[in-house]
Amino acid sequence: MPARIVEVREGVLKKNDLLARELRARFGAAGVAVVNLVSSPGSGKTALLERTLSALSGRFRAGALVGDLATDNDARRLAATGAPVRQITTGTVCHLDAEMVGRALDGWDLAGLDLLFLENVGNLVCPSSYDLGESLRAVLFSVTEGEDKPLKYPTIYNSADLAVLTKVDLAEAVGFDRAAAREAVDRVRPGLEILETSARTGEGIDAWLDRLTGLLAGGRDEERPAAGRASA
Amino acid sequence: MHELSIAMSLVERASEEAERRGGCRVEAVYLRLGPLSGVVEDALRFSWDLATEGTPAAGARLEIERVPLVVRCPRCAAERELPSVQLFRCPACGGPVDEVVSGRELELRALEISDPITHREEGSVAGEDRRGP
Repeated sequence: MPARIVEVREGVLKKNDLLARELRARFGAAGVAVVNLVSSPGSGKTALLERTLSALSGRFRAGALVGDLATDNDARRLAATGAPVRQITTGTVCHLDAEMVGRALDGWDLAGLDLLFLENVGNLVCPSSYDLGESLRAVLFSVTEGEDKPLKYPTIYNSADLAVLTKVDLAEAVGFDRAAAREAVDRVRPGLEILETSARTGEGIDAWLDRLTGLLAGGRDEERPAAGRASA
Repeated sequence: MHELSIAMSLVERASEEAERRGGCRVEAVYLRLGPLSGVVEDALRFSWDLATEGTPAAGARLEIERVPLVVRCPRCAAERELPSVQLFRCPACGGPVDEVVSGRELELRALEISDPITHREEGSVAGEDRRGP
């Protein structure tokens, strides 16, 4: 019998996209704004999140899911802020996907949260393809990573809603050129908002918190994924 | 490796669909791939044999259609193809562009599927003379 061609016309990541859509609806129904933090390993996601959870404590109800290949060190560190935190250990998987997030949220009353942070696995490549149902995707890069970081990883910047420059207290020590970094972001993703922060000194943290709490005041579109997220 | 897991998802979907359509083997997988998909063609090809081994897609060809990165320039009111993902500037007017029309695709467009062919035994083999269905 000869071979026949059948049309499929479906995104390869359709399963993840569908689960992400369900998550997005679930988050919307529970009234929780979800932030997906992506970056290279060591950019300061956990430190920023630690500062953030402490700052929000008592004012807003925030929680976090942390993804790492191994250890629950980050989750324990974040839990010390008093916020509810769960760890996802992926084993060898280099990114979080919607199924992992869904499973990790089992038994968690999302209506009891205003903000949920998803600290992705440290990786600037793979997370770009996986919608997690988030309201906002923030890509972090630190002043120790080089001003041209965005040029090296255009795909993830293209999928992000916000860029956060971290460890700015070290900028002078490493001779970091902030203008060059802003230009690099603008080349791969014109108009992407950039916040400069230092989790250590507190610089820029208020603006970051405003951006986050702004998500709660209806500053997000729950019906469709944020710019950059494909559903082929 | 990221592309290996993508290849495995592709193989899983292809095998599922082939079975659903009453076929048995996947002869070819037609993929549409854009430069903003997050998947590199070479790495995907490299993972392909490993991903298809022992599945209904073993030996299947991976046919990749490269989808261009096309954006919409608001000043030109036209769609433009961008030569690079590293520079989101309209090639005609030089202004920034951010509306992507195509280029994010990671799409399983089609499958070539077949049923197994049963062979007649050649030469002098003691025993059965098998015939096809």
